[in-house]
Amino acid sequence: MSERPVLEVNDLTVTFKTKYGSAAAVSGVSFALAKGEKLGLVGESGSGKSVTSKSILRLLPSPPAQIRGSIKLDGEELLTKSEQEMCHCRGNRISMIFQEPMVSLNPLYTIGNQLGEVVRLHKKVSRAEADKQVIEMLRTVGIPSPETRLKQYPFELSGGMRQRAMIAMALLCDPEVLIADEPTTALDVTIQAQILDLLKELNRKMGTSIILITHDLGVIASMVDTVAVMYCGHIVEKAPVRQLFHDPLHPYTKGLLNSIPKVGRTEGDLQTIEGAVPSIYNLPAGCAFSNRCGECGRICKEKEPPTLQLEDGRVVKCWKYTPQWGEEGANHE
Amino acid sequence: MKALWRSLKQSKTGMIGLAIVLVVVVCAIFAYQLAPCDPLQQDLMNKLHDPAWTATGTQEHLLGTDQLGRDVLSRLLVGARITLLVALAGTVVGGVVGVVLGCLAGYYGGWVDAVLMRLVDIQLCFPFTLLALFIAAVLGGSLGNVILIAGITSWVRYARLVRGEILSIKESEYIEAIRAEGGSDARIIFRHILPNVISSVIVIATLEMAKIVLMEASLSFLGYGVPVTIPTWGRMLSEARANMVSNPWQCILPGLCITLTVLGVNLLGDWLRDYLDPKLDV
Repeated sequence: MSERPVLEVNDLTVTFKTKYGSAAAVSGVSFALAKGEKLGLVGESGSGKSVTSKSILRLLPSPPAQIRGSIKLDGEELLTKSEQEMCHCRGNRISMIFQEPMVSLNPLYTIGNQLGEVVRLHKKVSRAEADKQVIEMLRTVGIPSPETRLKQYPFELSGGMRQRAMIAMALLCDPEVLIADEPTTALDVTIQAQILDLLKELNRKMGTSIILITHDLGVIASMVDTVAVMYCGHIVEKAPVRQLFHDPLHPYTKGLLNSIPKVGRTEGDLQTIEGAVPSIYNLPAGCAFSNRCGECGRICKEKEPPTLQLEDGRVVKCWKYTPQWGEEGANHE
Repeated sequence: MKALWRSLKQSKTGMIGLAIVLVVVVCAIFAYQLAPCDPLQQDLMNKLHDPAWTATGTQEHLLGTDQLGRDVLSRLLVGARITLLVALAGTVVGGVVGVVLGCLAGYYGGWVDAVLMRLVDIQLCFPFTLLALFIAAVLGGSLGNVILIAGITSWVRYARLVRGEILSIKESEYIEAIRAEGGSDARIIFRHILPNVISSVIVIATLEMAKIVLMEASLSFLGYGVPVTIPTWGRMLSEARANMVSNPWQCILPGLCITLTVLGVNLLGDWLRDYLDPKLDV
């Protein structure tokens, strides 16, 4: 992992100016994605996962969104690029697949027409050549008899098929980074597994780095190398997947893992994290999680915790792991 | 092309519409070859004849003569040219302007939307006739100006409709998906959004076309239409108004022509909308 990361996000902050005040949907998010790495972004609804991914592609309408920080693709800053340069990047170097495969294809065009358009958007090839590439890619993502599918409209395909077609569309131009925004939530479980396997296989074969966004910890566990847990717009913990599941550091991560129902355990109530996510317009003064945290100290309520880089490469944003905690450890409430 | 024909054959109403429109178009194109007399030739001795099939009709003038003794059949045939030209060109002008401005307003929103939609509101405040008269009085009456007026008075309905539809379509996932694949604004608007609204535009266009035929009639009636030397269905209708009770055929015939043409266009438009929409193809 000594080579330069494909995608580098540094101190990304996205605020929305609304009539209720300004809302920081994402604040100070940093991560790096190495070539071929699979990164998972987990968190509750509204924790800033989708906003993070959309700001990487600059798909957020601006205004109201204000994006600050830095997003570097292969060392090139994306946030200062012109819209035209961005168009060249999207689909070509960074691609995205969405959660609703049923409505993510234009109902008016055939599969071949739509996918061919993406090829011709980024490569100077003839229509026939584009068709050939589309067929090739449809075959790669496991769509049987792609020649027939080419002439079919989206409504003639099942949900799983459409998600495969979407993945094919995203991968047509061999992007360096693929952002998958909850690619399996709208699909049933067997299809989910197939799609995830497909993504894993494509990652191995083509070396595409993947950012997988989900709130399903089960999906994360089987899929990615590194996990970043988001809460209220912050990355609260980032660790290799095994470590995160076996030895979570942040109280929020612990809470999340505890609240997964376990097969075979019938006694007792399902564990939950007490309280509710604070309003994004009115975050607590200190740590955003402090009002729900079982291990909250006095300092947590006063000052925002620093993002700590631990020796084993893990990242955690919690006062518990700072030297101050030891000194003021007695302030545990 | 084959699929188009097959779909048309399945739709009875579409076929009827096509037949009517074809007849009118052929009449318009070959008007001077088909017309038995010169449509401007007056013959005051033989004025206000009824059609040949009535008791007072003559074989000489198949559909009778008007108050100046001009042959009605010839005037209807030649009038089809102008009526059709004004209706088609007016619809195209109004449609193109309305759709493009509606697209801009709907897609970009913000101040573009605000300015355009207030313009639409202002125009809708004016009674249609007053607006048409105003423009006609300023520009003067000529064929080109009548077409222009038709366009100016009809664009607002397209613009409102298209804007409304785009507001919902531009938020849909497939538009976001194509943007994520690198589609530019122009490509998204014209290739991905426009085809989705075109079916509604066709419906409005067929209705508007009928309206333009009537608008041309009212302008001619008020004396601001195309020059008097050009016969149009609207002018025939308004000229026959004075003798409506004594010679009803003078009104019925051009009225029938307008009604049938409008009906034909509507039927054809209905089928076209179904044909263009693959969502209805299940």
